[in-house]
Amino acid sequence: MRILKPISLAVLITCLIALLSCQREERILRPSPPASEILNSVQVSGLNPGANSVASPPPPKYYEESAYSVSEGQRLFNQYNCVGCHANGGGGIGPPLMDNNWIYGSEPGNIFATIVQGRPNGMPSFRNRIPEYQVWEIVSYVRSLSGLLPKDVAPARSDQLYVKPPEQSMPNQTPTGITGQPEAKQ
Amino acid sequence: MASAAPQVLTSWIYAIWALQGRHSALHAAGPDASNIEWLFWVIFFIILAAFILVILGFARAAARTYTSAREMLPIVHDKEGDRRAVWAVGSAITVTVLALFAVLVLSVITGKKVEGLTSKNPVTIQVTGHQWWWEVIYPNAQADQTVTTANEIHVPVGKPVVILTNSADVIHSFWAPSVHGKRDLLPGYSSAFWIQIDQPGRYRGQCAEFCGMQHAHMGFSVIAESDSEFAAWKAQQLKPAPEPTNADAARGREVFLTHACVMCHTIRGTDAGSRIGPDLTHLASRQMIAAETLPNTRGALAGWIIDPQRIKPGNHMAPNPLQPDDLQALLTYLQTLQ
Repeated sequence: MRILKPISLAVLITCLIALLSCQREERILRPSPPASEILNSVQVSGLNPGANSVASPPPPKYYEESAYSVSEGQRLFNQYNCVGCHANGGGGIGPPLMDNNWIYGSEPGNIFATIVQGRPNGMPSFRNRIPEYQVWEIVSYVRSLSGLLPKDVAPARSDQLYVKPPEQSMPNQTPTGITGQPEAKQ
Repeated sequence: MASAAPQVLTSWIYAIWALQGRHSALHAAGPDASNIEWLFWVIFFIILAAFILVILGFARAAARTYTSAREMLPIVHDKEGDRRAVWAVGSAITVTVLALFAVLVLSVITGKKVEGLTSKNPVTIQVTGHQWWWEVIYPNAQADQTVTTANEIHVPVGKPVVILTNSADVIHSFWAPSVHGKRDLLPGYSSAFWIQIDQPGRYRGQCAEFCGMQHAHMGFSVIAESDSEFAAWKAQQLKPAPEPTNADAARGREVFLTHACVMCHTIRGTDAGSRIGPDLTHLASRQMIAAETLPNTRGALAGWIIDPQRIKPGNHMAPNPLQPDDLQALLTYLQTLQ
């Protein structure tokens, strides 16, 4: 009997942990009507007259915390032909999205504004063409490309061919030659 | 829940009655389906015979007088009885094996018969499964002779027709029970089969392989019509969308081209050319919308455009909160797409 108690306790704890995993993620299939006041406050440059402006309102949290919305973002990224210019994040006609360089900012609000407003030299404006919740889904997918999203949300391995993993997920290392040591000059 | 049960039952009975002959493997409309129906009845009667024999055996045993269980039953060594038991079990096994073998052979023969259709220069139809609708293309070497539509497959009656299958995302299964058996549509794998429908009419089909959230509402229709009707339908489908004739429809087209519609749908003859969703060039010529979910009426179309996620949660069409005037103009335009 004595040995049963720890066993039943362990079973109980396991069941409780299993319960926690239920409803890990709720899919919002009918998003609330759009309210993009975020566009009025997004700043794409660090320069402004006078004091620093107030911080932009926080973007909706759901899209960065839901694996479903990231995978939907990936589907839309393909279907709306973002891949036509940005490839699968590696860039081509448009800048790459899987590196650390962000011309117009890496915050969700900034990427949202870039998609909705368009940017000079080729990025079209998708205002009214892509519903707001889908823009947020694409934003979360774009941010996942460079490892800005938590690992439990972004797919661990992409469906596409990658030359190398994003820089952020590589350990810092000093460049070395083939022999392990840069050759000393004579 | 208990009070809902009779309602559910009546709605099922109603659904089965309403689909009589339209969505039933027991109402074959062509040679393939009649072969399958014949096999069904053969197997049905074999199993019915087995069922009746088993029930008779049980009834006979139950009707026999029994000894009271208070005292131990005497153990009788009856050689004659043993011999009869061995014979009974042996013959039962033999009959089972033979019946199963016969069913297997009949299945193979029926499968061969179903594949037996052939014809020269048949109408060829490419059916591609999407989550959760069917893309239907009548391919032609000449691009402007290619018909593209969705969810409604028109075929000439009494002629073998080739269906080419493929899928754009996951595995679907093409199943119109009155026409043919189930055929899986595999992504990236082209396949083909023949169908023939001998009675003109509209036959319902359904995706028969679970493919995601709206699998249950992924229906289609096969419409068998006379050669002349089919030719007229095809000629109409080949035309680009008509130009709007009044201001309301013209504004509707403007709405279509400046909102999310244009990101996914094609209307040939306009700038809309995306292949993500169904081709809407001749939307008004279809009887149903949303993969056999809603009748193609102005009201249903309005509801579908405004909030498709309420009607089919999880489907890939986004809600479109249009201004009332814009919506009415858009509906007027879409209804001109005959």
